[in-house]
Amino acid sequence: AAAAAAEVGGPCRADGDDSLYPIAVLIDELRNEDVQLRLNSIKKLSTIALALGVERTRTELLPFLTDTIYDEDEVLLALAEQLGNFTMLVGGPEYVHCLLPPLESLATVEETVVRDKAVESLRKISQEHSPVDLEVHFEPLVKRLASGDWFTSRTSACGLFSVCYPRVSSTVKAEIRQHFRTLCSDDTPMVRRAAASKLGEFAKVLELDYVKSDIISLFTALASDEQDSVRLLAVEACVSIATLLPQEDLETLVMPTLRQAAEDKSWRVRYMVADKFSELQKAVGPEITKNDLVPAFQNLLKDCEAEVRAAAANKVKEFCENLPEDSREQIIMTHILPCVKELVSDTNQHVKSALASVIMGLSTILGKDNTIEHLLPLFLAQLKDECPEVRLNIISNLDCVNEVIGIRQLSQSLLPAIVELAEDAKWRVRLAIIEYMPLLAGQLGVEFFDEKLNTLCMAWLIDHVYAIREAATCNLMKLVEKFGAEWAQNTIVPKVLGMANDPNYLHRMTTLFCLKLYWLLFFENTFALSEACGQDITTKQMLPVVLKMSNDQVANVRFNVAKSLQKIGPVLDSNALQAEVKPVLEKLATDTDMDVKYFAQEAISGKVFHLLSLCKKTLNDVSRILHVRYLCINELCSSLLFTVLALA
Amino acid sequence: MSAISASEKVDGFTRKSVRKAQKQRKSQGSSQYRTQSAPVELSPLPQLKDAPSTEQQELFTQKLQQCCMLFDFFDSVTDLKSKEIKRATLNELVDYVSTNRGVLVESAYPEITDMICTNIFRTLPPSDNPDFDPEEDEPTLEASWPHIQLVYEFLLRFLENPDFQPSIAKRYIDQKFVLQLLELFDSEDPRERDFLKTILHRIYGKFLGLRAFIRKQINNIFLRFIYETEHFNGVAELLEILGSIINGFALPLKSEHKQFLMKVLIPLHTAKALSLFHAQLAYCVVQFLEKDPTLTEPVIRGLLKFWPKTCSQKEVMFLGEVEEILDVIEPTQFKKIQEPLFKQISKCVANPHFQVAERALYFWNNEYILSLIEENIDKILPIMFGSLYRISKEHWNPTIVALVYNVLKTLMEMNCTLFDELTSSYKADRQREKKKEQERDELWKNLEELRLNNTTLVQNNSHANTRNTTPEFIGLFTLKY
Repeated sequence: AAAAAAEVGGPCRADGDDSLYPIAVLIDELRNEDVQLRLNSIKKLSTIALALGVERTRTELLPFLTDTIYDEDEVLLALAEQLGNFTMLVGGPEYVHCLLPPLESLATVEETVVRDKAVESLRKISQEHSPVDLEVHFEPLVKRLASGDWFTSRTSACGLFSVCYPRVSSTVKAEIRQHFRTLCSDDTPMVRRAAASKLGEFAKVLELDYVKSDIISLFTALASDEQDSVRLLAVEACVSIATLLPQEDLETLVMPTLRQAAEDKSWRVRYMVADKFSELQKAVGPEITKNDLVPAFQNLLKDCEAEVRAAAANKVKEFCENLPEDSREQIIMTHILPCVKELVSDTNQHVKSALASVIMGLSTILGKDNTIEHLLPLFLAQLKDECPEVRLNIISNLDCVNEVIGIRQLSQSLLPAIVELAEDAKWRVRLAIIEYMPLLAGQLGVEFFDEKLNTLCMAWLIDHVYAIREAATCNLMKLVEKFGAEWAQNTIVPKVLGMANDPNYLHRMTTLFCLKLYWLLFFENTFALSEACGQDITTKQMLPVVLKMSNDQVANVRFNVAKSLQKIGPVLDSNALQAEVKPVLEKLATDTDMDVKYFAQEAISGKVFHLLSLCKKTLNDVSRILHVRYLCINELCSSLLFTVLALA
Repeated sequence: MSAISASEKVDGFTRKSVRKAQKQRKSQGSSQYRTQSAPVELSPLPQLKDAPSTEQQELFTQKLQQCCMLFDFFDSVTDLKSKEIKRATLNELVDYVSTNRGVLVESAYPEITDMICTNIFRTLPPSDNPDFDPEEDEPTLEASWPHIQLVYEFLLRFLENPDFQPSIAKRYIDQKFVLQLLELFDSEDPRERDFLKTILHRIYGKFLGLRAFIRKQINNIFLRFIYETEHFNGVAELLEILGSIINGFALPLKSEHKQFLMKVLIPLHTAKALSLFHAQLAYCVVQFLEKDPTLTEPVIRGLLKFWPKTCSQKEVMFLGEVEEILDVIEPTQFKKIQEPLFKQISKCVANPHFQVAERALYFWNNEYILSLIEENIDKILPIMFGSLYRISKEHWNPTIVALVYNVLKTLMEMNCTLFDELTSSYKADRQREKKKEQERDELWKNLEELRLNNTTLVQNNSHANTRNTTPEFIGLFTLKY
């Protein structure tokens, strides 16, 4: 590497040839002692290449890069990524093969991320090779990698077969198949794993005859490998292979192996089968599903390892959905449901919670009567589960049941479950249930809500955890959107306003946050809401409360008043703004606390505030659009302001 | 749910120790149990010592077969009687093979290995705790330990029996056996790994034909650990075995062994959980260097390549290992690596984390290292001076500053003139560095502009040959240089 640089750097000084000078400088940059600087330089490799032009990139830069492969993995990773996008910088598809030598070395590096990236880049540029170049340059590289000494190059080769196979001559194709076969029986498990993980992809580009003759035997061998890490990858390949084969061959070519995998002694393999079950089911078709997969699925649902049961439980709904229609109900009722019933009282909470996340989906498949008779007891049992996650999963999927039997059937059990979750000791659980409140409110209706849930929603506003208070505030706004402004005026606003006098300053701040959001929400929907709840009421009712809070003894409350006023300023009419808001802000701007001062000044200096209230008078519609944007970006760019001014 | 205290509500994050105390200590059954239909109740057989010697062999076989019955230990109340019978039988078997001579007749070997395989070879269950942290968390213990322990004990006594014949046993203790044994090293139960370690060591010692295979499979396990899963519980145990294996390597070292050092042991340093096996790993590395000092340069360069960038704890371990290496280094080898090594040490000395800085500065307490530094002071002092000088003024930690003063004093005593030169040129050097920094920024700014110009140019005449535009660009930034 040093020699290369010297050669390049040497003559330039001697000849005084200026045009040769930069490469030395650039190469110096690429070799800087500081890794971070080297990394930065490599990340800007395209800039360097651009400066050099295509010819010198090919003749000088790439040879240098090929020679300096020994570096920190992070630098190599960046290099591998860059080279994948270098085609135009070396002169287009005609010269793309110049990129192969550095990428070939990178594909043999130990570090997996580097190697994977190099393979990704190689796959990318393989598409830019002409068929001739592919055979002359690319395929030999794949062969070299496939017969490399150290496992890393052979591992990388596995990912390259499928990209060149479709575009080469039949002799070369035969060679490629041979190489793949060899790697599938490599003696290091790392290579066998790589080959197994690419088996499906390779099968897809092979001619059907070769799939039957070559791939199947490789598949069978990998699926009975001594290492479970190899066997489980064969399960993945099974999906692709089964999709490729005609139905009549599946039974003899694929099913023996799949049956064996579903009963493998290693739970990892069985887990994989469970995890891929829906894909497998689609790939093998309805007949085999009925005869083979149903019992296999039952076994997985009853597996001795919780991991496997959980993976299978996750697939219950999808599996049932994809059953052939003529026998679906019968299969579910006689084979699947008994297992599901057992899982409801499983000893492992992950299994129960996986089941809870899909079980509601069964109701649409089974219809109203079956749901009421068979599923409802299960839902109710899960709603009473000791593990909050299980209950949450049920509640979060209520909409499926609602469509089939209506939520009322559940509401008696639902309420205690919700109340319990609402008071859970873990704030994350409380947070999760809050997020479902708007959905529940929509489905249960306003009366039920007022009666049972309203108190919960208000209680969250004074939770001990900020995240909960924040979520509760947002939740209130969503409820207002659902139930309308009038409902808000009657049920929420008085309580929120009442909190303004709470002895706890955190609660007083919650009032502020609520009012701010409410205001903004209200403004966005001005046209949708009835005149009765017009701007006047909000202004008259709420503004005095906010303004009064500017005298709060806690500085945090005061500066939040300033922040809120800045936000809601644009929504207010200019009279209120000038007469009431401005004096308050000015007073806050002279506050003793520096944060209060800062935010008050921010609010005053936000010119937006005046301008917008000005144009609001004249151009209601324009300002409305602007406000909506204002809400998102918080600051209007100056050009927009000029437009507004001009319009005004 | 109403019994939740206010403090619990406030702090959603209960401390780990609290959570752990609540969690009952768990032990795990193994996946293996399900493969067998419900266990048949065992009935006690007569004691071996009471049987006439002609019938002993037959009884021994019967007992071995009886011990092939597996029980569900996850359920602590079932089959209590049979479990007790098996335990007593295993105890008796252990006793039988360790105290009696002439019991290992050829026909017993398959029965013995069969009993062992059935009991110990199993797919390890999924970890109860996916982010198991071996330093923090309690390991999940093997539920069937009361039986498995005795089986391991029996295997060990079997291997150590003076009558043991490797030539017969190799038919049963073969590659497949070893492979399964190695997979068990992933067990979370430290008691099990400890037994495995001793057993594998015995097998390595007695079966010459399996040695290369064992080394290769350990290689594979390590490579999978480093580059694929980053999870394997038995790395420390395997390294411990390797430490004694390396000790016995013949000289000159085979290339296979050197490859193992460079491609497996050195990359093992990148592991997140290095602290769990660093002592054993450093021991292996130093063993190699003591065998063949010419490996010092590649090893040090390898360590420098993988030097931790963000993890101070690991950096301290690396420094410890470097000191161990320096303790055995030959002066000629030291000359080869002193520059890159001391550039790194100079960075460590200036590390804001005081433990790293302190560990690096402790090198100056080591007599042998001091003598090496003194021999090469003209090379090392210029590398170290900048950092030390700066740190002596800037480091936040007074202990470090005091240590740095001592080091500076030592270095000054080694070469007073060079020290004075460096002191006086310190400022100029800093300024030169700053200037270079500015020049770099300039260069990149120009390149950046070029790129922008080029994109607009390309956009303007997208059909033009890009090569035409190139000389112009080069002219642009040669102006600056």
